[in-house]
Amino acid sequence: MEDFSFLNPGSRQIDFDNFDDRLLLYVLEYEPSFVTCISCGGCTATCSAGNLTNFNVRKIGLWLRRGETEKLSQEIEKCMFCGKCTLVCPRDINIRNVILLIKKRISELKTENQPV
Amino acid sequence: MNRFLPDVLIHTTEMMKNKHVAVIGGGIAGMEAASVLARQGLKVTLVEKQKATGGKLNDWHHLFPDFSSPGVVVENLDKKTVRAGVNVVCHTEISHIERNNGRFELSDQRDVKIFADAVIVASGFHVFDATLKEEYGYGLFSNVITSVDFERRMKKHGKLLTLQGTEPRRVAIIHCVGSRDAKVGNIYCSKVCCITGIKQAIEINKMLPECEVFCFYMDLRLYGSKFDSLYLEAQKRHKIQFIRGRLSEAAERPDKSLQLKAEDTLQGRPLRMNVDLVILLVGMEPALSNSSLMRNNQMKPDENGFFRSVNMHEARNVGTQEGIFMAGTAICPMAVNETLENARSAALEVMNFLRTDKNHGGF
Ligand SMILES: Cc1cc2nc3c(=O)[nH]c(=O)nc-3n(C[C@H](O)[C@H](O)[C@H](O)COP(=O)(O)OP(=O)(O)OC[C@H]3O[C@@H](n4cnc5c(N)ncnc54)[C@H](O)[C@@H]3O)c2cc1C
Ligand code: SF4
Ligand code: SF4
Ligand code: SF4
Repeated sequence: MEDFSFLNPGSRQIDFDNFDDRLLLYVLEYEPSFVTCISCGGCTATCSAGNLTNFNVRKIGLWLRRGETEKLSQEIEKCMFCGKCTLVCPRDINIRNVILLIKKRISELKTENQPV
Repeated sequence: MNRFLPDVLIHTTEMMKNKHVAVIGGGIAGMEAASVLARQGLKVTLVEKQKATGGKLNDWHHLFPDFSSPGVVVENLDKKTVRAGVNVVCHTEISHIERNNGRFELSDQRDVKIFADAVIVASGFHVFDATLKEEYGYGLFSNVITSVDFERRMKKHGKLLTLQGTEPRRVAIIHCVGSRDAKVGNIYCSKVCCITGIKQAIEINKMLPECEVFCFYMDLRLYGSKFDSLYLEAQKRHKIQFIRGRLSEAAERPDKSLQLKAEDTLQGRPLRMNVDLVILLVGMEPALSNSSLMRNNQMKPDENGFFRSVNMHEARNVGTQEGIFMAGTAICPMAVNETLENARSAALEVMNFLRTDKNHGGF
């Protein structure tokens, strides 16, 4: 069979209608500053982990905001919690805390045996 | 004698002729407002702290978006103020505005006192001090300069060289330095630096066609008429390259070139680049004397520290102290043409105020 998956928009498009915002709402509740991110990339440029691996902290935030949570749990393991990202952020977002919150919530949800 | 006066006298009441308006700040805003008022027959004193009028334009080399001469703008305004009969007082920095019996008393740190029926504050803006963004190395690394340094160097030497005296082969222009940055306490956009960067990039390409020029931006804000066409021109004719990503830090290398770290956010990958020269597009801040000018009256700062208008739509020039008005970049960042339009509207507000000021024989 030929692969016609490219004809199925679900596989390529960001699905705003079936948006999984559970993680996002949790993060925003405890770190409301996160809502002001403008995707400038300052954090990624300075990130300790991002300079060693393909980890991209700005994209973590973007995935969170787009409800693409499946990718997150593995990716955030790369963060070293050094806090450099927070130092350069022009919006003064506590990004380190955003990562911590994602981590915390994912493990909570795992123990509650709920797929994220 | 005032050549404009006879025409307008017919329209101006005797009452208006005796009114005196003081304008604080002899930049283009103050000059324009003062000359418009004087042409209407009012007595006007324009006070400037520097030795000459013209404000920041005295430092600029060429104006965006048409590369015209700032010197000509200032010269024309100088002629207008002289012809209109404005009393220009230089070397005087006003530090207090007090209201006494419905009139205003302006004073400096020495013994100058100026009395006026209405005041226009045209104290302009302050250029962001780039040393405050330590991670960019201004003041530490000699090949990191600001957009203001660029204008001054071009005006003085007509060319752009590195500290070592060589022609730069690669230049990075950094947007939003001291603007849109919670870390330095300025969350607003300075409006004119994006277009200033594009103008300077084009000038570099014209001077040094072999030199690569990169603009590092978060958003390109080219709001003005003809600004976007300059952006197009920069891409089409001048090979200027635009990278969407905020500079996170600059480091000096042994050969005095600079290594930059940013993310190419459209690629989604961290980026490193060595350049010979970095130009920081510094933002516009409230003028330094603003807080003392607000002290002895009801003037108030807005959320960014500029002078607050009573209504930002309908009464932009009207200050929160009755009888004090603002013109130009004392209100917020503006380009030259906006500043001049704004100054004319301030003059009109003053006329209306004095005409209807019942305490002083108005109607
Ligand atoms: C790097 C840079 C490049 C720019 N290039 C362009 C361009 O190419 N084209 C363009 O359209 N715009 C440009 N602009 C914007 C332009 O500079 C402003 O629009 C213009 O200077 C505003 O004029 P102003 O009179 O409001 O303020 P200013 O030029 O700041 O003038 C204010 C004056 O008031 C005086 N003053 C302040 N306080 C007191 C006091 N207490 N007592 C007495 N005097 C006082 C100051 O000495 C000064 O002379 C640029 C801005 C920057 C930062
Ligand atoms: S530095 Fe701050 S604003 Fe910029 S992408 Fe990172 S979190 Fe967002
Ligand atoms: S705290 Fe994590 S995301 Fe932030 S700079 Fe350090 S490693 Fe990168
Ligand atoms: S005009 Fe451009 S460079 Fe200046 S603050 Fe606004 S976005 Fe930044």
